[in-house]
Amino acid sequence: MKLCCLSHNPSKPCLVLYFKGMTIMLDCGLDLTQLLHFLPLPPVPGSKITSLPDWLLATEKFGKNGEELATELKECNGRVFVNGVMELAPPELCMVDLSQVDVILLSNSASMLALPYITLYTGFNGAVYCTDPTLQIGKLYMKELVTYIERVSRTKTCNLWKKDDILKNLPLPLRDAVTPIAWQKCYTLQDIDACLSKVQVVGFNEKKSVFGALTVMCCSSGYSLGSCNWIIHSDYEKICYVSATSTLTTHPKPIDQAPLRHSNVMIFSSLTQTPLTNPDSMIGEFCVNAAVTIKNGGNVLVPCNPSGVTYDLFECLSGHLDSCGLSTVPLYFISPVADSTLAYSNIFGEWLSASKQSKVYLPEPPFPHAELVSLGRLKHFNNIHDLQQDFKCPCIVFTGHPSLRLGDAIHFIELWGKSATNTIIFTEPDYPYLDALGPFQPLQMRVCYCPIDTSLSFSQANKLIRDLRPQHLVVPETYITPPPSVTQRPDLVINSELSPITYKQGEVITLPVKRKYECIEIDPKLASSLDPVEIKPGSAVSMVNASLVVKDNKYILEPLPPADVEGKPFKPRPYIYGSLNTKAFVDTLSKQGISDIKVEDRDEGCIIHLPKEDILIQVEQGSTHIMCGGDETLRIKIRDSLLQCLQKL
Amino acid sequence: MFARRQSVHGNIDTLSDEPWMVLGQDFTNPNTVPMSFSNLEVKCKCYEWNLSWGMLAEAAFLPLLAGRISCWTVECIWASMMIHFHLDHCGALPYMSEMVGFDGPIYMTHPTKAICPILLEDYRKISVEKKGETNFFTSEMIKTCMKKVKAVNLHEVIQVDEEMEIKAYYAGHVLGAAMFHVRVGQQSLVYTGDYNMTPDRHLGAAWIDKCRPDLLISESTYATTIRESKRCRERDFLKKVHDCVGRGGKANHYYKLFISWTSQKIKNTFVQRNMFEFKHIKPFDRSYIDNPGAMVVFATPGMLHAGLSLQVFKKWAPCENNMVIMPGYCVAGTVGHKVLNGVKRIEFENKQHVDVKLKVEYMSFSAHADAKGIMQLISWCEPKNVLLVHGEAAKMDFLKTKIQGEFGIDCYKPANGETVTIETQHNIPVDISLNLLKREASFKDPKKHRVLHGALLMRGNKLQLVDADEALKDLGIKEHNLRFTSTLYVDETGPAQQLTEKVYQLCKKKVSDHPSQLSSDGSISVSDVMITISGEDEETKSILVTWSHQNQKKNNCS
Repeated sequence: MKLCCLSHNPSKPCLVLYFKGMTIMLDCGLDLTQLLHFLPLPPVPGSKITSLPDWLLATEKFGKNGEELATELKECNGRVFVNGVMELAPPELCMVDLSQVDVILLSNSASMLALPYITLYTGFNGAVYCTDPTLQIGKLYMKELVTYIERVSRTKTCNLWKKDDILKNLPLPLRDAVTPIAWQKCYTLQDIDACLSKVQVVGFNEKKSVFGALTVMCCSSGYSLGSCNWIIHSDYEKICYVSATSTLTTHPKPIDQAPLRHSNVMIFSSLTQTPLTNPDSMIGEFCVNAAVTIKNGGNVLVPCNPSGVTYDLFECLSGHLDSCGLSTVPLYFISPVADSTLAYSNIFGEWLSASKQSKVYLPEPPFPHAELVSLGRLKHFNNIHDLQQDFKCPCIVFTGHPSLRLGDAIHFIELWGKSATNTIIFTEPDYPYLDALGPFQPLQMRVCYCPIDTSLSFSQANKLIRDLRPQHLVVPETYITPPPSVTQRPDLVINSELSPITYKQGEVITLPVKRKYECIEIDPKLASSLDPVEIKPGSAVSMVNASLVVKDNKYILEPLPPADVEGKPFKPRPYIYGSLNTKAFVDTLSKQGISDIKVEDRDEGCIIHLPKEDILIQVEQGSTHIMCGGDETLRIKIRDSLLQCLQKL
Repeated sequence: MFARRQSVHGNIDTLSDEPWMVLGQDFTNPNTVPMSFSNLEVKCKCYEWNLSWGMLAEAAFLPLLAGRISCWTVECIWASMMIHFHLDHCGALPYMSEMVGFDGPIYMTHPTKAICPILLEDYRKISVEKKGETNFFTSEMIKTCMKKVKAVNLHEVIQVDEEMEIKAYYAGHVLGAAMFHVRVGQQSLVYTGDYNMTPDRHLGAAWIDKCRPDLLISESTYATTIRESKRCRERDFLKKVHDCVGRGGKANHYYKLFISWTSQKIKNTFVQRNMFEFKHIKPFDRSYIDNPGAMVVFATPGMLHAGLSLQVFKKWAPCENNMVIMPGYCVAGTVGHKVLNGVKRIEFENKQHVDVKLKVEYMSFSAHADAKGIMQLISWCEPKNVLLVHGEAAKMDFLKTKIQGEFGIDCYKPANGETVTIETQHNIPVDISLNLLKREASFKDPKKHRVLHGALLMRGNKLQLVDADEALKDLGIKEHNLRFTSTLYVDETGPAQQLTEKVYQLCKKKVSDHPSQLSSDGSISVSDVMITISGEDEETKSILVTWSHQNQKKNNCS
């Protein structure tokens, strides 16, 4: 069993597992943090961003190349950004032959964004499994990303800065861009449809066979709508892949731990990206900050994803505003997929927490945002241009993209950035917020950082591991040392007596799973021909000679055909055991008409001499040697007598 | 559907005959004996193994069940699965769980769980408040009963206990209707309940994968019909919605919230326009009966035997401008049945009577599978046996011959109270040591049979196939070493070595599948056969052949 890691970011995992001849890809996350190296794509023309100066130091540093380089790079407040077509960083796909991948298992909508890079134009021919909400919401995530990128035309492709000798001399943080040479252009809406049309939808606890060799099953992970952990079974081994998982109570169906127990290998990824903050207190802080800003007459901007925690934000914030007497403050939700994401959230009743589920039975929409929409408190728009007429300030705007490189959030920063009464509140943990704000500096707007990451914290993960007791634990390398920013916190690691096996990008590790048994089926006809012998009480044995049929990775034993291809009958090897009772043997021999028998006792047994037939039989503990002349019939007679006195299998 | 299980036999060497109970035919007619069970015995003739099986029955209308419940005790019901929310399938559920004392798990799909309590409550109201029945379950009982219900998703494999697992498939009969696949060990059956194989305006078609059950229990309401198209059932969807609209217009809310259980087309368009937001349908108020002007009323029950529909009918029947559309099957004795048969004057309990002058139309909207659908389902799931229930005997006969002819599998249609015995044969799963398997399964001549030789070890219920020598070692048995030595005399001149060489070459040629070796002391060994040739140059040579009993191979030399 081998595991190969293709992703640099453990929160956007992409792993490949080789087991029993099958190749299974676990998740295919797209590391969007690399977007931060690009210059934002402003949705409205005339933005300050477009008038940023070229990077002046370029010519000074790189001489002749510098002139061209200067057009690729723009400078803002000492930082350098790439002014080219947005490119995305797919996992390191060259490490595996994608046409050999048998199945891709997706665990949540946030970790499938690289799927088109894997299934399209690569010869990939396998199956892709995920739950229905993962598929639908993942599709919305992809559509939002593509719409944001396609909406603004920026056609210049920049490659010069990626050259090794230039890259290593660029200022930070651009210098730290992860393998920019492998970045690819974003896929298109057609690609999304082509790619997702091949995805097969599974339900929680639905078992799917992978070519008969393995069974895969997903169970709820409690992180987002339809998010799951995967269990890969052979008949004897169990491998659990624990991706983004939450033990907190939010809107999705809670984590199902039972199927994860007693695994041989447990592979972890996607633990919290904000180990120092508690999501509950952050959501409280978020509400307070928003309410305070509104009271002071300011506007609030919340860069967010179109699904996931955003639903919880609507719920908590509207409740908090009610309690502050601010019920009339409008909430705007602007995203190319705003209508779809709100509509979908209300039809996935069976994927929600028990309390939300019980609402569906009443029947009421499970999420309070449905009511907010019908009351007109939450207004959703697909495009910022639809907003103009009924836009009232002060207000709270939820919009994308949380990287602040794409989408309508850029416009709102430029609109509100000059006033300190306004606030921008970061809730998405994926992007370092100071880097995100880089190209907008200097900014007067108040900045709050309330990252809400509901995935497992280190202590929750450690507790889960203790409860689930896997035989072997596999974690990203970065999880066994404290995060670089807080080296003095030794508790922020995966800490298990199991001494975890670690993986990192570009590495293939061998997992210590030794298969001992395989399942084989015995045909009932063959079974009825078997004649087991009880050796000890409760233990019986029967020799089996059968024809082995292998079909669809399943093994079946069938009765032997009467003869092989050459017409020779199959002759089973006989097994005899036990010690010879000399007296019984002599009696049997005399019944066969052999009367002249001399028995001579020795230390180790005896010698039976048949002088008339000139035959010597040497009997010892556990062995008998018959020495005779060429008379075959006589030999067979003696042999059969002997076999009567011994036990056979 | 209830699954009942008897005791589990674990001993080796017993064959068990475990019965199941399945629903007999004609249960839609409450005036005849409706809840009759056909026992279906499953003989497990697996070698030295047996598997426990369950009993299946359906809890239909409560009063009918009450008399029958004594024929099997409730303790042995293991689990119950409600296939959809129609009352003939789940009407007795609170009675079973709250009054009889059934305490096993109850499974329903999410939409069924949502709609079922409303129908039960409605049913209770009609029975208790209108008909004045006593000893009926209460609203409270419905609530506590529904709390016990476990909601299942489609295709979710639910482990009921260690042996039994169930899986729901989409049935397309009504919102949330399901077919259940039940598996115990190697044996399995599929119970379709009511299903529909042609997608209509709002629901998709039933689907099942190639699960190859031992038995498919299929409804056969339309055993001989092949319906032309979905056109004739276009308003099918209204029929289903009408079940609920009369009670407060909640039905469409459920359809809105359970979009994922409807057809693909609706799913694709729901963001733009949720088709279950009806503009023209509003909850009916009793005061509307006398309102002037034309109106269309959807009211329940469909058989006009009680409730709102009857009330409206009484009011409107005398006027010939009105029309009643009977949406489905009406049981003999109900007002609906009489109306359909053209009775012009209907009498009620309190000597009232109503002249029927309004137009009567019958439109079958009921979503059941037709003959083509049943055949299609069989071809999808490839059962080993089919059992038809829920239909008319003559039509079932026709379908039965068709199934037997087309698929070559056994088909049963038990009459009420009839026992069917179906024998099933299964392969027996065994653990094989990977070393042994790899040795044998590695690619050899593909034309030759791969012969596997091993020892089957049986310890308690554990079966292991291992290398024979390993098994003997494991069991502490020492093989008895039996050897033979035979002396042959050959008249051949020349030194002994010359003959040895000759025999050696012969051995190499004849016994090519075992390597022959010539050792320095002049003996030839082929596998564990030893040949020693001795004798002076010009004399008769004696050839000593020694071999073990395990390798009874004779060398023939010239």
